[in-house]
Amino acid sequence: MTERLDGPQTPRGDGDVARGASPGPDETPQPPTATHPALEDVATGQDGTTDSTTAAATSAGPPALATGPAAPKAGYSGSGNLGPSPKVAVFFLLPAFVLLGAWMVYPIIFSLVRSLYDAGGGTFVGVDNYAAIFTDSATLTTIRNNLIWVVVAPSLVTVLGLLFAVLTERVRWATAFKLVVFMPMAVSLLASGVIFRLVYEQDPDRGVANAIITSVHDVFASSSGYPGARPRENDQAPAVADKGTVVTRQPVQAGGQVLIPLVGLKTEALPSGAAAAKEASAAPGELSGTVWLDFTPGGGTVNKIDGTEKGMPDVTVEAVAGGAVKATTTTAADGTFHFTGLPAGSYQVRLPQENFAQPFSGATWLGPTLITPAIIGAFIWVWAGFAMVLIAAGLSAIPRDALEAARIDGATEWQVFRRITIPLLSPVLLVVLVTMIINTLKVFDLVFIIAPGSVQPQANVIALEMWRVSFGGGGNQGLGSALAIFLLVLVLPFMAINIRRFRREQA
Amino acid sequence: MTTITAPSASPGAGTLRRGVLSRVADRAGGGLVQVVLIVLALFWLIPTLGLLVVSLRRDADNNSSGWWTFFTKPAQLTFENYSNLLATGFTSSFWNTVAITVPATILVIGFAAMAGYAFAWMEFPGRDALFLVVIALLVVPVQIALIPIAKMYGTLGIFGTIPGVVLFHTAFGLPFAIFLLRNFFVGIPKELLEAARMDGAAEWKIFATVVFPLAKPAVASLGIFQFLWVWNDLLIALVFADTGSQPMTKALQSQMRQFGTNVDILAPGAFLSLIIPLVLFFSFQRYFVQGLLAGSVK
Repeated sequence: MTERLDGPQTPRGDGDVARGASPGPDETPQPPTATHPALEDVATGQDGTTDSTTAAATSAGPPALATGPAAPKAGYSGSGNLGPSPKVAVFFLLPAFVLLGAWMVYPIIFSLVRSLYDAGGGTFVGVDNYAAIFTDSATLTTIRNNLIWVVVAPSLVTVLGLLFAVLTERVRWATAFKLVVFMPMAVSLLASGVIFRLVYEQDPDRGVANAIITSVHDVFASSSGYPGARPRENDQAPAVADKGTVVTRQPVQAGGQVLIPLVGLKTEALPSGAAAAKEASAAPGELSGTVWLDFTPGGGTVNKIDGTEKGMPDVTVEAVAGGAVKATTTTAADGTFHFTGLPAGSYQVRLPQENFAQPFSGATWLGPTLITPAIIGAFIWVWAGFAMVLIAAGLSAIPRDALEAARIDGATEWQVFRRITIPLLSPVLLVVLVTMIINTLKVFDLVFIIAPGSVQPQANVIALEMWRVSFGGGGNQGLGSALAIFLLVLVLPFMAINIRRFRREQA
Repeated sequence: MTTITAPSASPGAGTLRRGVLSRVADRAGGGLVQVVLIVLALFWLIPTLGLLVVSLRRDADNNSSGWWTFFTKPAQLTFENYSNLLATGFTSSFWNTVAITVPATILVIGFAAMAGYAFAWMEFPGRDALFLVVIALLVVPVQIALIPIAKMYGTLGIFGTIPGVVLFHTAFGLPFAIFLLRNFFVGIPKELLEAARMDGAAEWKIFATVVFPLAKPAVASLGIFQFLWVWNDLLIALVFADTGSQPMTKALQSQMRQFGTNVDILAPGAFLSLIIPLVLFFSFQRYFVQGLLAGSVK
């Protein structure tokens, strides 16, 4: 930890995820102040908050936060009278501003005007397109989804980033961990989308998410069901199917015996512990019987236990009288079961539905209900590294003395974290949060790639709807322009924050 | 003597005991932290590993069993999907990606360095106002320009061409780039520039020989950022590239509709598309992080 305190190099060092692994080649000669200004600023931004609480609020704009208070002033005071004429400045600015003007400023005006016209662009419709955004159920869904995104995703990413940053401070292989978590940042959202389409595949034999869930589920719940097993459908069969259960055709008296032959199952589907079926031994007052797979390849007698036929172990069996379950038992390895101590009377033996249920196969991630949470999961996977790196840089800029002083005064680790670390980190946390909010407002690729076509209406977001309406077959560039303007309006507060902060620094 | 040592000894023993206890607790807590982090690291590694392994298995294998079976049966891995993919003309979309990304990165660096230099070291009327415009443009969503620029490209005849895509990327990369470089330039000591100006050096010469070389770290951060942003873009390519000029992202996206039947194309394609970003990321990750810390805007 101590090496983080050694002066001006600190920010540069902390910016380096793999700092531990590679000391980093020294830069080409550079001026003393040429440490990357922005890096310096993450650190100075930290220090600033110790003496002013307002700094936290003003640092909301991500780019603006990066502007150290000191840097711009140095620049402006630095340009003396020796500077060149404004004509030279025009030459330097021209290429950039031609592009900014034609590709960004002009389109804003164009879109504003275009949004007031109809789909074809020939008829002026006033604010009808905007009215359509707030009345059409499809666009209302996109707004609702964006709202879910904005509320859920940024805070989760920030909390996870904070957790990772704090935890990695305590292990030696922090660098390796950071590289692993940070790596998705370099990968295209399309590739991330493909990655998560594979993760979220429904079949637990293909999608790793459901593979993990089902194996965890199987640890806690027995999975020995016999999906597809059923009695034969003929009048001689001693057992019949009844609303998903299997029941004996004739009532049985206590002390009697029943045979429940089942088919519809492959011999390989039986558990390895299944033994050759046999008739249950009769005992006085005991209701007993056998559940077995009544199938011998190439022959065998129907409804009779033949030599090679196996019992079905672990089948739940109920003795039912008057509609109520009087006793429950399970079959042994040879398929036999015994109800002892049943009161005299007539019973129906029933194999409840749970014996034949399909095995648990995980969640339908890409279905209409889970699709947005599933995509948010992918988003978190992509962005948690970003939050972690920013917050880790902020953490390393916190003066150790303050933490030590609190510990010496008897504060617990939690109190130190809650009362000192978090407040000192708040500007960085705010930057992460705001950056993620802007990101979630503009989210497009992940939704477009992960949501299958049939579920896209349920997963839709504003940015995707804008593309769909204008280029993806919607054919309504009036509504598309209105959606683009709507998106611009949503990010305007962040634009205002950036500008206000910059002006304050200039003052 | 004894009355003095007795009280001083007992707190000493107390701290020692507490020290041992807290060290044991630390050790246990440290072990727990390690376990938690290992599990988390697995969560971050497994999805990408899955893509890699799926891309190396035949379609039939992928349909019949999970990719994780390769741990026990590594013999099923094969480069067949890759050779099939490269035979289908996927390579042309790879070169399109390169042809879009390289110029879009160089142009942004050049134009932004010039503008950043002007903002940092020149006096001209309206300088602050103009820089405020740049800051304001930082958060403008790409969507705002799709329809107007599509129309403009139609008029200019560059719709569906690589230059059109490049120019769009360049324009939308500029606000961040100007902001980043200008902030770097103002940190350069003014004595250096004043000395050069005193010597009567032309302004473009100062820019090219004094300031720009000093800005290498910032240019590296910006370069890798812009490179990755353009390389990984889907939306802009989706609108402005046609099938002849499409980069890998768009080529792969057009395969998504049949997802499930063409994993043998999608998985190797997606993995090929992320190899160069990953190599860049691991080689230059410190600049990447610096760029992130400098302005997390997009």
